[in-house]
Amino acid sequence: MNVISIIFGLIAVVAILMYNSLVSKKNQVDNIFGAVDAVLKKRFDLIPNLVASVSQYMEHEKSTLEKITELRAQAMKPGISDDQKIALDAKLTSALGTINIAMEAYPDLKANENVMHLQRSLTEAEEQISAARRAYNQAVTDFNNAVEMFPTNLMASYMKLQRKPVFEITATERQNVDVGALFNK
Amino acid sequence: MKSTSQLTDFYYKELYPSLRELEKRRLYILSQLKWYGAMGAVLFIIVALWIGKNVGLSHPLMVSVVIGFAALASISYRYMIRGYAKDFKAKIITPLIGAIDVHLLYNPDFAISQHLFTRSQLFKRDIDRYSGNDYVKGSIDGVSLEFSDVHAQYQTKDSKGRTQWHTLFRGLFLVAEFNKNFKSRTVVLPDLAEKTFGNLIGGWLQSKNVSRDSVIQLDDPEFEKKFVVYGTDPIEARYILTHSMMKRIVEFQKKISYPLFISFVHNHIHIAIETKKDLFEPSVFTSLLEYKQAMEYVNTLNSTIGLVEELKLNEKLWSKS
Repeated sequence: MNVISIIFGLIAVVAILMYNSLVSKKNQVDNIFGAVDAVLKKRFDLIPNLVASVSQYMEHEKSTLEKITELRAQAMKPGISDDQKIALDAKLTSALGTINIAMEAYPDLKANENVMHLQRSLTEAEEQISAARRAYNQAVTDFNNAVEMFPTNLMASYMKLQRKPVFEITATERQNVDVGALFNK
Repeated sequence: MKSTSQLTDFYYKELYPSLRELEKRRLYILSQLKWYGAMGAVLFIIVALWIGKNVGLSHPLMVSVVIGFAALASISYRYMIRGYAKDFKAKIITPLIGAIDVHLLYNPDFAISQHLFTRSQLFKRDIDRYSGNDYVKGSIDGVSLEFSDVHAQYQTKDSKGRTQWHTLFRGLFLVAEFNKNFKSRTVVLPDLAEKTFGNLIGGWLQSKNVSRDSVIQLDDPEFEKKFVVYGTDPIEARYILTHSMMKRIVEFQKKISYPLFISFVHNHIHIAIETKKDLFEPSVFTSLLEYKQAMEYVNTLNSTIGLVEELKLNEKLWSKS
């Protein structure tokens, strides 16, 4: 009798520990996503300014600038899911990258103090976003490991927890910058 | 910043008159040391023989005689090289530092403040004795930095109530301005636990280190193998330790063979290199003109000051005012 109650007690303790660790991992992911969100917003706030200051110079990149504005508008909509936010962020990063490279071709822009300051702020925001993304990916990896590994996977399926997506580098970001194409413009 | 070969040239060309004069003194001190050493040895043998004949060599008196002789030798050695060491620092190290950059100030008797050393949070023990020398302060490429030799000790009492002194840290300690703003605390330490106990148990031990903040797992395998990172903010830690910064730290660690401790606190980077010895002490037993000796002084100085460039602390890409 005693032996049985000890075994049950132990099982209960292990179950509680697993439950709590899963909850804390899930909350950690949410918590860091909050931070990612905050830095993303910081970048979104810089965009209208940037677009306003560079659009008069950058005739050829009108479409990209419009795309950036549109992406920002989409991302600012209330009630979009985390996955959508991640996808929008990836698109925005690649679009901003294009603008950054294109800026090299406009000496007027590089001489503009205001634009240079904006660009520095963007670089900084970019760096913070990259840090937040890496932190998020680590938290998600910890969480996903717990969801898939034995024995926590049993508890996770009971709690109906599912794998979460990590931020991925978009295909355009992975490609090396084509310097030749820049000169041919 | 000058290259190592330029500085070596400077050492041999510009400093040659002072070097030759110091070398003469070194040889004189060496001959004196030999003479006194021989006298001391003879005296020691006589005393030892006397003790051996009268009370036996295993007598406690013998122990105190050995300790007494060792203390006497060390005190007289220091006394004899004192003036020589002082001149060496004034005539060789001071111009050498000036040659690296005119914005650097050097004070051989001063040490970096204990406050900065404690602020770094690198060593988690109360310090009972703090000393240091060879203090350098200034700015390189607009980055302010200061460093010096540091010897920090703490004391413990054994079961019989005797005090014992232990070295907490001995080596070079450097503080420089960091090029990004941050509010959190991030500490990078050599990864001893994982090296000794392997990935699984070592990692678990690290996460249970109560005196430290939480472990931050980073995404550079080589860096992770060499270091363990504790911090208060997982995002800021990654903002500071970017992929390129981690690579630079790994490269720097490969270059020096000493344990490396780094922390990021108060918008500053604190670097402790545990050399376990004093820097810039003049050589007594090898010639000052020897190439290896010259290279040691030049290299130590250049790689320490060169850290600003090595870690790219001078890259002001960010809106840090």
